[in-house]
Amino acid sequence: MDIYLLEAVMNGIMLGGLLALLALGLNLIFGVIDVVWVCYAELVMGGMYAIYWLHAVYAWPFLLACAAAIVLVALFGLVLHRLIIEPILGSAPINQLLATGGMLFFLQSFATLLFGTDFRNVGIRLPVIDLGEIDLSFARLLAFIVALVGAAGLYLFLARTYLGTAIRAIAQDREIMGLMGVDPRRIYLITSAIGGGLAGLAACLLVLQYDVHPFIGLTFGPITFMICVLGGLGNMFGGVIAAFIMSLIISIVGYYFSVEISYVLAFVLFIVLILLRPRGILAR
Amino acid sequence: MTDRLAAAGIGLAALVALPFLLPTDSYYLHILIQVLLLGLIYTAWGFMGRFGLVSLGHGAFMGIGAYTSSLLWNLYGVTPWLGIPAGMVLAVLLALVIGYPCFHLKIVGHYFALVTLALGQVVALLIIAGRDFTGGSLGLTPRAVGTSWFAVQFQNRTAFYFIALALWLAVLGVRHWASHGMRRAALEAIGEDETAAEAAGINVLREKLRVFVVSAAATAAGGSIFAQYIMYLNPETVSGVGISLQIVFAAIAGGMYSALGPTVGALLTLALTEGLRVLFGTSFIGAANTIYGILLILFIIFMPRGILGVVEQGLRRRPRPQAAPAE
Repeated sequence: MDIYLLEAVMNGIMLGGLLALLALGLNLIFGVIDVVWVCYAELVMGGMYAIYWLHAVYAWPFLLACAAAIVLVALFGLVLHRLIIEPILGSAPINQLLATGGMLFFLQSFATLLFGTDFRNVGIRLPVIDLGEIDLSFARLLAFIVALVGAAGLYLFLARTYLGTAIRAIAQDREIMGLMGVDPRRIYLITSAIGGGLAGLAACLLVLQYDVHPFIGLTFGPITFMICVLGGLGNMFGGVIAAFIMSLIISIVGYYFSVEISYVLAFVLFIVLILLRPRGILAR
Repeated sequence: MTDRLAAAGIGLAALVALPFLLPTDSYYLHILIQVLLLGLIYTAWGFMGRFGLVSLGHGAFMGIGAYTSSLLWNLYGVTPWLGIPAGMVLAVLLALVIGYPCFHLKIVGHYFALVTLALGQVVALLIIAGRDFTGGSLGLTPRAVGTSWFAVQFQNRTAFYFIALALWLAVLGVRHWASHGMRRAALEAIGEDETAAEAAGINVLREKLRVFVVSAAATAAGGSIFAQYIMYLNPETVSGVGISLQIVFAAIAGGMYSALGPTVGALLTLALTEGLRVLFGTSFIGAANTIYGILLILFIIFMPRGILGVVEQGLRRRPRPQAAPAE
């Protein structure tokens, strides 16, 4: 096997972990509240800016800055639900999608207003791991591992705790659960905070690999929605599988042709798959 | 009804007279041309949006229109009079390729929105990937030849104004024609409950495809003329997620259920951008879009029928001797 192709595949798998984490948060919101946060990647962007300012400008230790960013983005998710989603929960689903689209505009341009369009780097250079002939970026490996740990943590939370069970129950039948003594409003708020927290976690990992700028969300946003839908709404496992399929297509096709063509192929595949299997690739 | 006809007549006369009252290089004429061109694109989007077909990828059709006519002109010297229809045909074909399976398999709501979002991305990325011809992210300038009907290029803004006005009226005309009688009832039924509409004997697939195709063709035509006027194309400004969302929001803010709503949306957004630009200069990049974003959220929460929708509702609530027409 071509050594560069192998490197592309490895990078694809690493990217897959990150995309899986991104899709997981969105999927949780999508599955439980039945709302698409179009601005999800912009929450990640906000988290990246928070880490940049706290660490690179105010010289907080990196891990503390990360923890603060996770809390901040989780709070933002909570506020987003309370202020924007809650008033229109009863209206057509497309309105909720459009309202969060307005939030996307707002976050992007507000970031431009505050920080300008400069690319900012958090200034941490992690070593490159030398695996014989293949170079593996430690930042990517770390992102991959943390993303998987995060996903496993979320799985355990949903499967093993009372709150997690309530969240899963609401996702299955939102009418009945109110009668069973679960307050849907509270569950929605908690879910939004967890979704935000996952975006914050993704921000901690992305900031090590990419410069932050106001439009970075557009790089990850669309592909994250696609992964979410491909995996099947609310289907966490499907989302992880879809993330790896997409990331492998992007890195392998990108290796043979160009980055744009690889994304074109990923989006075309999305369109075809959603037509063939509208309930997700793992749907029976 | 006669009131409405009279109002329309007066409005039209004012629109025709307007360019003669302004100097030909007037800044206001420049804004008006953009309002008309963007207004017709937003109207075309609202044409399907109001029946629940929310497309997040109309940038795809705008980009196809703009790039087809400009590339045919730059590479082969083909007049935009042929290039614009060619772009419309391509947009129609794309709408059919995407629309047919979507509507056949009953892909609606979120899912349809996401499919069109992916479509917009595909077209924008293909424009970037074809950088040898399209100039990629750096953009493309149609070859300038001064004033020429053959090239659809005019130094004089008045000519463009009338082209934009004619196209805008044509799109409003199509919208009016398609919003009449049984067809409108059928489309509204589809927007509310597809299965019930099907059961009532409506050919849902055909009606939806018709709406999608007309919307795509009009958007492509608008995109072409827009490129001819601005004389610069960029995948970000005529295709891609940014412009696609801008189309959606302007149409909603103005009111996609009203005939003139999307045009009001174009006027509002351009006035906002230009006003803030004049007020703050370029020192506050992003100020306009920040306010824009907040406004959109407020609109969707508090007045989802848009500005004109609210105005019309207010007018209808007033007691009238005869029943007011629905539109």
